[in-house]
Amino acid sequence: MLLRFLHRLMVLVASVAAASVVVFAFMRVLPGDPARVALGINASEQAVAQLREQFGLDRPVLVQYLDWVGGLLTLDPGIEFVSKAAIGPQIADRLQVTLWLVVCAMVLALVLALPVGIWMAVRHRHWDGVVLSALSQVGVAVPAFLAGIVLISVFAVRLGWVPSGGWVVPAEDPVGFLQRLALPVVSLSLVQAAVLARYVRSAVLDVLREDFLRTARAKGLRPVQALVRHGLRNAAVPVVTVLGLQLATLLIGAVVIERVFVIPGLGSLLLDSVAKRELLTVQAVVMVLVVAVLFINFVVDVLYLVIDPRLRTAPR
Amino acid sequence: MTARPVETEAVADEHAVLSVDNLSVGARHTPLLHDVSFTIGRGERVGLIGESGSGKSLTALAVMGLLPEGLQASGDVRLSARTPARRNLLGVGEREMARVRGDGMSMVFQEPMTALNPTMRVGDQVAEVMLLHRTQPSRAAARRRVVELLEKVDLPDPAHLARSYPHELSGGQRQRVVLAIALANDPALLICDEPTTALDVTVQATVLDLVVRGVEARHAAMLFITHDLGVVATVCERVLVMYGGRIVEAGPVQEVFADPRHRYTQGLIGASDLTGAEGRRGRAALPTIPGSVPPAGRFPEGCVFRTRCAHATQRCETLPPWVPRGPHPAGETAYGHACVHPAGGGTT
Repeated sequence: MLLRFLHRLMVLVASVAAASVVVFAFMRVLPGDPARVALGINASEQAVAQLREQFGLDRPVLVQYLDWVGGLLTLDPGIEFVSKAAIGPQIADRLQVTLWLVVCAMVLALVLALPVGIWMAVRHRHWDGVVLSALSQVGVAVPAFLAGIVLISVFAVRLGWVPSGGWVVPAEDPVGFLQRLALPVVSLSLVQAAVLARYVRSAVLDVLREDFLRTARAKGLRPVQALVRHGLRNAAVPVVTVLGLQLATLLIGAVVIERVFVIPGLGSLLLDSVAKRELLTVQAVVMVLVVAVLFINFVVDVLYLVIDPRLRTAPR
Repeated sequence: MTARPVETEAVADEHAVLSVDNLSVGARHTPLLHDVSFTIGRGERVGLIGESGSGKSLTALAVMGLLPEGLQASGDVRLSARTPARRNLLGVGEREMARVRGDGMSMVFQEPMTALNPTMRVGDQVAEVMLLHRTQPSRAAARRRVVELLEKVDLPDPAHLARSYPHELSGGQRQRVVLAIALANDPALLICDEPTTALDVTVQATVLDLVVRGVEARHAAMLFITHDLGVVATVCERVLVMYGGRIVEAGPVQEVFADPRHRYTQGLIGASDLTGAEGRRGRAALPTIPGSVPPAGRFPEGCVFRTRCAHATQRCETLPPWVPRGPHPAGETAYGHACVHPAGGGTT
């Protein structure tokens, strides 16, 4: 078990290292000199040379890479070309906002999808199971931003219960924070819940057909007891896989919802930096997202080991 | 069905642990079991044989109340011990039925590789059935009893084995664990559905021996489903032959195997050749029953076997009555056949 855990951890570290190379190389391969790109075509040759020297862009690529990685490891990805603002604190601020959105949306999606998915599976031969299944199918097809726009027009514009967008810091105005969090979280989670519920349904349906569930019934467990005690843990492996994928998609896909609701999240920072051609900021944000996704995958792998004992001992 | 003298039935029921009367099972438009009637007494081991698709497993599942969704059972199934007021189990609700399963009667299934929960320790799976029915006062007591039970089914190092997961055990070991679960609460009736079919031949004999020892020690009744006539001969005292969802012949194993009356039984025994390889050497290929088992619900009217029977006549188009062959303490359904031109001593 410990050996397998350490193995996964090594895979994580190696993937992060590899990702840093790819992200760095990709940004440098883009045509044009970063300093020139940042300053624009009207800047003087002298200003560009000065910026290049200031940021060490004239040094060998390997040295630049090591310098950048060193900065990342000390959580200091440097400053912006033009504004000279520190990148680290910006990312920290924006990441916080996005995490609120993503985590709340995922938790809400899970809370909705688990009972609904199980119900759909258990009642798959009855009308209510079929109706729920059809509804979830529709939910899968609705994009989050559309749900967001509909929610805004109903709850913000027509009913006026909540603001249509914007953001406040939770510590300063908890009520306003929750009001502004509600709609984006609901629009993100509805779609995710629909997708997740379908996976929960099929995982539970598979498990209901298992022989060991019949054994559990033969022991004297009632159908629901048998499913809860013996079925759900076995159904969890495919569900955790999807959960990991969804979390990654949410993290990156939140950018659209951040635009719809005018929320200053990580996605907005990325788009703004691209527009301003702030290469170092783009590079740092992309790296943060990549590391987050790799870390989610690592957690999913570890959860597999926790859930299924067969994966712990199987030799590689 | 045949009319039976009332007094015989009363006598039969008195010592019967399980009595099944006119059990029929079917999907909406497809009848699958017809008027299945039999009893099993305390300490009695009864075999249920027949080809695949004859309704053996369905009979067991109907008795356990574990029929798949969409199938309905009618008739009368009674278990003498620990049954809610000796009621017909087919009319008992799920909650009460669950109290009987695993306690008054239990079941061992065919496929040991998938019968246990892969994510739960083996010992916990055995302990669960005792804690569920409160036959052990505490978790600690149940855990101690688990080690005893695993020891009783000849598993090596039971204390250590109780902490393993199913995938760390072989098929034979897993089936022993399933047996330990089934016997944990000293059931009055044990149903075994082909418990050794999926096991290596070398392991089969030891597992069979454990089943018989476990049942004997508890003086429990056993219904043993198999298509292996050799296994029936070693394990059971009495046998029920099933075809097309009906019991076509029943009786003591020795009598039925040595002198079968129903043409289907005769065919089964001919195809099995219990004399073994020695007797077979130099002879022609094993005789077979012509044709194949029809799909569910497509059995003919009248005698269910007549479409494959070489002796079939027009008389077989009406349902043959049950012909008792001799007196039997378990009643006349326990010894007889349903064939109008039986083999052996019968009239043609």
